[in-house]
Amino acid sequence: MIKSRLIQIVVSIFALFLSSQAFAERTMLNVSYDPTRELYKEYNPLFIKHWQEQTKETVDVQQSHAGSGKQSRAVIDGLEADVVTLALAYDVDQLYSKARLIPENWQTLLPSNSSPYTSTIVFVVRKGNPKQIKDWSDLTKDGVGIVTPNPKTSGGARWNYLAAWAYALKHNSNSEDTAKAFVGKLFKNAAVLDTGARGSTTSFVEREIGDVLITWENEAYLVLKEFGQDKYEVVTPSFSILAEPPVTVVEKVAKKNGNVDIAKEYLNYLYSKEAQEVIAKNFYRPIDKEVAAKYTKQFPDIELVTISELGGWNDVQKKHFADDGIFDQIYDQGK
Amino acid sequence: MTAITQEINNPKTSVTASALRDPDWLKYGLIAVALSFIFLFLCLPLGLVVFQALSKGFGAFLSALSQADTLAAMKLTLLTALVTVPLNTVFGIAAAWSITRFEFKGKSFLTTLIDLPFSVSPVISGVIFVLLFGMQGAFGEWLSDHDIKIIFAVPGIVLATLFVTFPFVARQLIPLMQEMGCEEEEAALSLGASGWQMFFQITLPNIKWALLYGVLLCNARAMGEFGAVSVVSGHIRGLTNTLPLHVEVSYNDYDVVGAFASASILASLAIVTLILKTLLEWKQGTR
Repeated sequence: MIKSRLIQIVVSIFALFLSSQAFAERTMLNVSYDPTRELYKEYNPLFIKHWQEQTKETVDVQQSHAGSGKQSRAVIDGLEADVVTLALAYDVDQLYSKARLIPENWQTLLPSNSSPYTSTIVFVVRKGNPKQIKDWSDLTKDGVGIVTPNPKTSGGARWNYLAAWAYALKHNSNSEDTAKAFVGKLFKNAAVLDTGARGSTTSFVEREIGDVLITWENEAYLVLKEFGQDKYEVVTPSFSILAEPPVTVVEKVAKKNGNVDIAKEYLNYLYSKEAQEVIAKNFYRPIDKEVAAKYTKQFPDIELVTISELGGWNDVQKKHFADDGIFDQIYDQGK
Repeated sequence: MTAITQEINNPKTSVTASALRDPDWLKYGLIAVALSFIFLFLCLPLGLVVFQALSKGFGAFLSALSQADTLAAMKLTLLTALVTVPLNTVFGIAAAWSITRFEFKGKSFLTTLIDLPFSVSPVISGVIFVLLFGMQGAFGEWLSDHDIKIIFAVPGIVLATLFVTFPFVARQLIPLMQEMGCEEEEAALSLGASGWQMFFQITLPNIKWALLYGVLLCNARAMGEFGAVSVVSGHIRGLTNTLPLHVEVSYNDYDVVGAFASASILASLAIVTLILKTLLEWKQGTR
């Protein structure tokens, strides 16, 4: 009696699991970084519709989000990503140098350095801007509490750091010593260093720490959208950095899964007009000139330094963020 | 029940000389400290979880729970518990049996090994499996060639949970079976019972409450494990997120109601566990 009841329960539980199997013919996995959650939530249905119109096949796109460096590590360790859409080229490079999952020339395979959207680094302050923060130089003033993630673990934070560094170089006739002192002072004002961009946002918004959040432009506008324009303001500095979050097909995995065609089209379609609109609506700067022209109000035209002007990711990584690099030096002094 | 009431009515402490008794202010002071501690660090946070989950009304709470990703997380958590708990129950009985009924070399070493998952941090447990089964790990190439997915898939999550919840059942049974001794079992055997007859008619009835207690704790941990599972999960939505991981994901999505709704499910699971645990303790006490 009890036995047959037990069997009944077990059977019904397994039926429950089977019933949840997706109806899609094929599924692919996009491994991405933290702030793109909302973007891909909106893009994936658009792509699924597009693919169905093209091929009559129903596909499903799965998402995984975490810090960019952590995700890169997971893919190297075997997380079966058909495509990666990460925060910076260095993290994608690791897929080649550590595991040969992608070709060495991956960044040349898609237009504009394989970045279908760009972004930059801006500030979020509390309404009325009580500390009168207008530009990078205001961040080094005494008594200004800064919220930024840790450049050691977060892709976004490395862009934050480099924007400050480039600003200091520009305003001090390229003196690295002065730039070091400037960035050192800035990080001394850091109220909290979270591990990822999303963690910093929650610290600033929900735990109400600090006077200014340094973050991605897209994340900044998302804060306004989610938590109210009556509480926060976005401050765009006079000068910042051109952040190019790159995308690529993880060839070895996509081949094994038989998903190369979907994966390629998934990324190509990001450059289409429809997708670029979704990108702009999610506060990323579109690559498409026409779409960008429609949103000029949202994305003020400021001077942007590029990563290659700073020497490229490999050099920058070694010089600034490796153990005992400049970030370690200034941070240890700050303590 | 009667045993307990008797004890309350005739506490042994009443015969203690007053000089040996603690002063009232100390007694009530300590009780107040303990109670306020429990309130601050247990009741208040638990209450807040429920409060946040219901902050946008009961409808929002229900719709958060019925989202596809949340349901998938619940299913995965159930599946994980469904696989790990029976396996660890069998293992726990086998381990307790061999340790309490046989003499062999390295017995104390084995007992120590069983405790290993308690003493290492869950994150380490997760990393162990990445090092073993990850692409760069010891068996990575072979697994990939044979198209077997362990890490960043359901098997990895089950394995990590299995490892972390290893000791619960064995830890409950070993002291009890040691204390019980094996006279009853020997008697059964000498009267002609087969090995299985002896186990089901003598041993199992004797250990059943402790066994249930161990299973209960094992289940609670299997459903609640975060650290080890987080390392091996890969965080694929609707696929490899267990309920505890789903709480973190929703919170980072600014979906406060969703995060706390899932958290309240875990919390209510904890409360049910506590109630069952108390009942079992009481059963064990009256046996």
